[in-house]
Amino acid sequence: MDIPYTVQPRPDTGLYNAKVGIWLFLASEVMLFGALFSTYILLRVGAPEGLWPHGWLNVPIGTCNTVVLITSSITTVMAWASLKMNQFGRFKFFHACTILLALTFVGIKSYEYRDKFMHYEISLADGRIADGHMIKNELKFADSKWTGHALIKGHFVEDRKELYDLKAAKSHPHEEIPIEGAQIKKLDNYGPWHNTYTAIYFTLTGLHALHVIGGALVIGFLWGPGSKMWKTDPERFTNRIEISGLFWHFVDLVWIFLFPVLYLL
Amino acid sequence: MSDSHISDTHPEHFSHHVRRYLLVFYALLFGTLITVGASYIPFGHRAMNIGVALVIATGKAFLVAGYFMHLISERKMIYGILAFTAFFFVGLMALTIWSFSNFPWHTTTH
Repeated sequence: MDIPYTVQPRPDTGLYNAKVGIWLFLASEVMLFGALFSTYILLRVGAPEGLWPHGWLNVPIGTCNTVVLITSSITTVMAWASLKMNQFGRFKFFHACTILLALTFVGIKSYEYRDKFMHYEISLADGRIADGHMIKNELKFADSKWTGHALIKGHFVEDRKELYDLKAAKSHPHEEIPIEGAQIKKLDNYGPWHNTYTAIYFTLTGLHALHVIGGALVIGFLWGPGSKMWKTDPERFTNRIEISGLFWHFVDLVWIFLFPVLYLL
Repeated sequence: MSDSHISDTHPEHFSHHVRRYLLVFYALLFGTLITVGASYIPFGHRAMNIGVALVIATGKAFLVAGYFMHLISERKMIYGILAFTAFFFVGLMALTIWSFSNFPWHTTTH
């Protein structure tokens, strides 16, 4: 049985069915991300004065990823336009670029995540806090006590509040600090469990990254084995590219808001 | 990407659209630079910085949705779906903001 209205517009909507379907799906996506943005607003407004982190993310890297995603949007629309102009070779080129840019985005995001998981805040028995990136970790935790030793590259602070503005902290000299396990009262990296900021950061960007990976898989299929349809049913194939493109632009659109909210403000 | 928007598949007709896509692309890059630059300017109050960043982001979102997703010339059906979405999204944000001034007395928010 043939699926109806894959190419011809349905008389009552004036659109082929997949297009109505993708817009309904994107509407649900708006509400999904909307709920998480609403959560972000509540967490941020509820944070005590001076205790919402600033400068915890690398702005040049975030800007670079924004440019990568914007560029992938133009290659996506150019891939679709190439099919409309009957230029299959150009379509292949532009969508190969889209896939490479998607992989670049995920790669850069992974690097940022790794940086957060390597970044530790260590409360010491003498009341000081060592904050920095783990270089060597030979610590062991047993019977509620830390043993062994570690080496971090960072600096000491007297008050945790000093850690909330890492832009200012960069003025402190960063040096290699040896840490003895017996000195440690509490050790915590900057993963999602660190505080509400890292929790919402990882939730929002993690969900967004899953969308990038999902979109890249679909585009990858349409670029590879799925592109055989161009020979048998070019109009339907062009519509498939349009639909995957609409999803991809939505992913870009979400990042346009995530970038300033998480990195800059 | 509606049929009404691009019904002519003649290459010359499309080269006009391609030029428009490239202009939008450059505008988005410029908008990104402006967003980053504006974040380093102290506008007096942090709320002002947030407002400026969101205005620029909204402008960029308009360009992506309007031109790359072709919403500036879509069918009524799509506008109808989006009108419902906008209604509920604005409602969600309005309720969120409304809740700030509606905590019970002596509520701690952190």
